Amino acid sequence: MNRLKLATVWLDGCSGCHMSLLDIDAAIIDVAGKADLVYGPLVDAQEFPEGVDVTLVEGAVSSQEDLKKLQKIRSRTRTLVALGDCAVTSNVSAMRNGLPVQKMLQSIYIEGVSAAKGVPTDGVPALLPQARPVREFVKVDLYLPGCPPPAKAILGVLGDLLAGRKPDSSAKLKFG
Amino acid sequence: MAQKKISIRIDGELVGATEGMTILEAAEGAGKEIPTLCHMDGLTAVGACRLCVVEVAGIGRLLPACTTPAQDGMSVTTVSAQLTRYRRMVIELLLVERNHVCSVCVSNGHCELQSLAKSLGVSSVRYPYNYPRLPVDLSHTRFVLDHNRCVLCTRCVRVCAEVEGAHVWEVTNRGIKCRITSEMNQPWGSASSCTNCGKCVQSCPTGALIEKGFAVEEMTKRHENISALALAKGARP
Repeated sequence: MNRLKLATVWLDGCSGCHMSLLDIDAAIIDVAGKADLVYGPLVDAQEFPEGVDVTLVEGAVSSQEDLKKLQKIRSRTRTLVALGDCAVTSNVSAMRNGLPVQKMLQSIYIEGVSAAKGVPTDGVPALLPQARPVREFVKVDLYLPGCPPPAKAILGVLGDLLAGRKPDSSAKLKFG
Repeated sequence: MAQKKISIRIDGELVGATEGMTILEAAEGAGKEIPTLCHMDGLTAVGACRLCVVEVAGIGRLLPACTTPAQDGMSVTTVSAQLTRYRRMVIELLLVERNHVCSVCVSNGHCELQSLAKSLGVSSVRYPYNYPRLPVDLSHTRFVLDHNRCVLCTRCVRVCAEVEGAHVWEVTNRGIKCRITSEMNQPWGSASSCTNCGKCVQSCPTGALIEKGFAVEEMTKRHENISALALAKGARP
């Protein structure tokens, strides 16, 4: 049997969804028995590989880097899962959306600090005008909202995908 | 005067009702559940949210169950693929209109908008989010009005006028600029007609009207008591 190629990615989120993924506890051993984690914050791979079966996307699309990453991921992934409220609705990441980017950076990095004033530019990607949900940029195959999504819901979806079933996340819907 | 008995069909089932009842009242009397948001027992129905839309045989458009009188011989459908589609759209449009950030909301887990989204299976929203910049009125000593979470159901307006009799709340402007405002659009804290009773807060289905001093997920509301009070005063359900 072919092992499932699983990837995770962390865009504009807090990594709480990844924490919730780790919260599936011992079940992670079963998952590891059936799938290879080929990319994500939990492994070392530098380049998103081709032919990934399932990618769990945490976080909203907030920067040009997020967008480029997401487009590459979409083109190389069969089933793309929007994991958590930030990926699904933009959630807390979108709370900056009412402010123009320059004004927001100014108020945080210049007006908001007493020392080392200055907007960081070195090694950080340019922000998009607003943080927006994943589905506004690419096709999403499955939504798993929640802040974070409960570990059981993540495991349910992973279990379905690993077994080749079509996952149904609607019964376990949770926002916030 | 004895009220005239009528009978209507709801989802194929013959249901007895009395003349003057709305479709919603007749359906609830027969133990049927129609999703509602702006409706609250004891307050005048206004048909603001459109969640309770139903199909009526012979009528080519959907009608809100909360404001449409039941008529003898009427045949009503409360569950269909079309209705679910429209009810989902209503929820999605409410979600994109303002900033409903569940994870940082005091009403998270106790919110009627949230539970409707869950029960209708709204796992994501197909429309682009609006992300408006909206104010939060913290001027009242005990309560908060957060426009980001308001769905304009007008329960606060009605409960204040009809049950408390204070008429603090009004609806200002129209369309996307529509806002709930207190006393001639002054900050809530300076509204001299407000009795600080908190009925608006308890009636609010979301985290738009809340009590100070609660953190995320902590605010639970009890509008059933207010409904009971209104009904005791002789209001219709």
